[in-house]
Amino acid sequence: MATITAPSPNGTAKPVAQLEDATVRFCGDSGDGMQLAGTQFTNTSALAGNDVATFPDFPAEIRAPRGTKAGVSGFQVHFSSNDIYTPGDTVDALVAMNPAALVTNLGDLREGGVLLINKDAFDKKGLEQAGYKTNPLEDGSLNKYKMHAVEMTKLNRLAVEGFGLSQKEADLCRNFFAMGLVFWLYDRSLEPTMRFIAQKFGKRPEVAQANTASLKAGYNYGETVEAMSTQYQVAPAKLPAGKYRNIMGNTALAYGLIAAARLSNKRLFLGAYPITPASDILHELSTHKNFDVLTFQAEDEIAAMTATVGAAFAGEMAVTASSGPGIALKAEAMGLAVMTELPMLVINVQRGGPSTGLPTKTEQADLTQAMFGRNGECPMPVLAARSPADCFYIVQEAWRIAVRYMTPVIVLTDGYLANGSEPWKIPSSAELPRLEIVHPVEPNGAEAFLPYARDERLARPWATPGTPQLMHRIGGLEKQDGTGNVSYDPLNHEHMVRTRAKKVALVADDIPLQTLDGPEQGDLVVVSWGGTYGACATAVHKVQRSGKNVSHCHLRHLNPLPRNLGQILKNFKRALVPELNLGQLRMILRSEYLVDAIGYNKVQGKPFSVAELVEKIETLLNK
Amino acid sequence: MSIDTTLPVLKPTDFASDQDVRWCPGCGDYSILAQMKKVLPTLGVPREKIVFISGIGCSSRFPYYMNTYGMHSIHGRAPAVASGLKCARPDLQVWVITGDGDGLSIGGNHLMHAIRRNLDINIVLFNNRIYGLTKGQYSPTSPLGQKTKSTPMGAIDNPLHPLSIAIGCEATFVARSIDTHINHLGEVLKRAAEHPGTSFIEVYQNCNVFNDGAWDYAKDRDTKADTTLELQHGKPLIFGKNREKGIRLNGMTPEVVELGKGITEDDLLFHDEKSPEPTLAYLLSRMRYEDGFPEPIGVFRCVDAPRYDQLANQQIEEATKKKGKGDLDALFNSGDTWVVD
Repeated sequence: MATITAPSPNGTAKPVAQLEDATVRFCGDSGDGMQLAGTQFTNTSALAGNDVATFPDFPAEIRAPRGTKAGVSGFQVHFSSNDIYTPGDTVDALVAMNPAALVTNLGDLREGGVLLINKDAFDKKGLEQAGYKTNPLEDGSLNKYKMHAVEMTKLNRLAVEGFGLSQKEADLCRNFFAMGLVFWLYDRSLEPTMRFIAQKFGKRPEVAQANTASLKAGYNYGETVEAMSTQYQVAPAKLPAGKYRNIMGNTALAYGLIAAARLSNKRLFLGAYPITPASDILHELSTHKNFDVLTFQAEDEIAAMTATVGAAFAGEMAVTASSGPGIALKAEAMGLAVMTELPMLVINVQRGGPSTGLPTKTEQADLTQAMFGRNGECPMPVLAARSPADCFYIVQEAWRIAVRYMTPVIVLTDGYLANGSEPWKIPSSAELPRLEIVHPVEPNGAEAFLPYARDERLARPWATPGTPQLMHRIGGLEKQDGTGNVSYDPLNHEHMVRTRAKKVALVADDIPLQTLDGPEQGDLVVVSWGGTYGACATAVHKVQRSGKNVSHCHLRHLNPLPRNLGQILKNFKRALVPELNLGQLRMILRSEYLVDAIGYNKVQGKPFSVAELVEKIETLLNK
Repeated sequence: MSIDTTLPVLKPTDFASDQDVRWCPGCGDYSILAQMKKVLPTLGVPREKIVFISGIGCSSRFPYYMNTYGMHSIHGRAPAVASGLKCARPDLQVWVITGDGDGLSIGGNHLMHAIRRNLDINIVLFNNRIYGLTKGQYSPTSPLGQKTKSTPMGAIDNPLHPLSIAIGCEATFVARSIDTHINHLGEVLKRAAEHPGTSFIEVYQNCNVFNDGAWDYAKDRDTKADTTLELQHGKPLIFGKNREKGIRLNGMTPEVVELGKGITEDDLLFHDEKSPEPTLAYLLSRMRYEDGFPEPIGVFRCVDAPRYDQLANQQIEEATKKKGKGDLDALFNSGDTWVVD
């Protein structure tokens, strides 16, 4: 990393180092406000024109016992003057609010990195809870870092004195002190955060004033104290021209649903049951009722799914959003959706499994569940978002497929995409694809309405209750093609099973051919899907820049797969499939194309680091 | 020339679909189907505005036999399917057809939540106290000790009482009828259809193959006057062949008394289906034949309360009035933004 030292432009005597990019992690107790600190720092960096990528990492417990390792919550933000796709492998600056946070996060701080510590938390009890035998602030074990042990608790209390807060309330401002310090370190404006404080705490002016005072105190501390010797700057990134905002995956997904409904002239129905990490989709949509959005918080996951089926029958854009355990409960009703051939979306924000697993950690181990996790031959189109902002586009694409083929469609995201964020070039609604939906209004048969008559895509008509003359009955029993009457005829059953499969397979005619990043043939192609896009793209670019022949093939459509994927795989000597599971896409590629795909698999509840992917790619290239 | 805007007069046969009815000969379901076909033409609701949603079980084949919209969904989930449908389209008249296994066992949770939300739907629970479609296992309403295929030594779990459950969920309309009491059943179905909010109707239905005679005491011409009691709003609780018996409250406990001998109608419990408190209705739901009481039939409770489907759509209207119809571009551009040149 090239750094240029120059006099500070803002008049302080301290030198300023220019960086291409930097990664900061805030960590502390889950009640310490680290997610807020990280979010504010991210938004400020995005507003300053950096490309940003974030990785919030928090425990499943709302408030684990204070000071324990189980309760450590972290938020990592990577900001850069270049395009970036990942929240960063190693950390350049670590903020640790207590010993437990330090001991659990120090391993990711690079040697020579900046370490900002709340010294006041390093008392006997705190050290014991973190398992420290000696105080790391005093035993020399942190000498390889630029360590600043700051009495944050004490300084924050002094800063907020006079606003009439209790000590407990005063201590809640401490994250703003830490933020102020980091804002100074990276030469960030306090303005956006001050605006946020005014908005958020407007009803309690004393709290707003205290938080602002704490923020400024932290900033001034950095500027004043001699020990903080260097300030860093990361110049704005050269992003394509346009208007931007920072967006998280779940928010982008909710916006995408609202847009898809509006642009297809539908009301939006969301049937959902609260589940981490999908709940924010329900929260977000419930605040946008004026977009004709009806959110139904059901009594359980099964009801969320079946109410969605009911709303789809009614003629709405019906959606359910959940995570793996919830999807497992919905499986039978998803089968009903397949059988009744109604359009709807099933969103799975994947988390660590099986069972309750790791609710707040990311994983992509529900691909086979999406593909095969229902009784009977029960195919559904499956799509996966590749980045937080892509969540906006993928649901619109999924809805298009659902309507054109009269089928439920699964959209996979994951906890990392859902809570992570990136700058989003704000589209104009005029440039988004519109979808015309036609509901039949008169019988399509000579004598009666045929609810299972099919068009060239094998889609059946979407006749909705309330339409005269088109009364019909649907359900989970096997249907006679055409009439939709219950049928136990063996040949009809086989015909219907094959028809439903063929219909989903035909979607391949309607999706883009697979593209490649890199040469069209060669030694190695890296095949990825979902939220690992950023890490895989960055790793491949890095190896490509060293002059080696490697290409990247990232799949957004997983069922059906793009028509040309088989040929692409044959054009390379080897295919590497990195996944945050034990090889689910690899299994599908092997069975679909008879290729000897190589897996690179990790299931630690964490995203891939770029370094580990680069190492794997290089090892394979050198073989 | 004037345009005729009156609705066509429909007959019961207009509501019959082209499907052969496949219940066992002699099944109580036939009678319920017949009454439904008789009642619907009297409601003035066009066929296309009516939807039947069912779960799984013998009763749940019902939608196939109605020439309306319908969905034969999955086991226990009909109330949830109906909830989504009704929220989306409050203009539809939605019926849920379920049974004692479907509604109270696998689908108990959905039933409870549909009722407490008071969606404007009509739930008809066919209670035959047995699993018929799976060929004769005991159900959640089978009496203690009942010997079935899965309980050769007798059922050992306490039965559920559908109306007690519904009233416990504060259902706004609760009624009971009997498959063979055709006029009474028709009247109850009609009142249920006309009630705004969730209507819950338990129908004693005979499964003549796997649990024949389960309700004989209530159906038999000779005994029914003594074993059932027809509820009438504002009237005292009187029953018996010669209307010689009544129900009197002793504290909070009902007791059977003989009229005459110093006891007049004024001493009896008067039925009040409009009582805002569900206590009386609950007490009536606890009157059981096996405890020496006549079992009430008719409308237990009929009160007005806000409906979920109505409120959910009102919130959309309110939000639209307050914030204006949502503007996509304003939404996308909300929050902090910056421009890259």
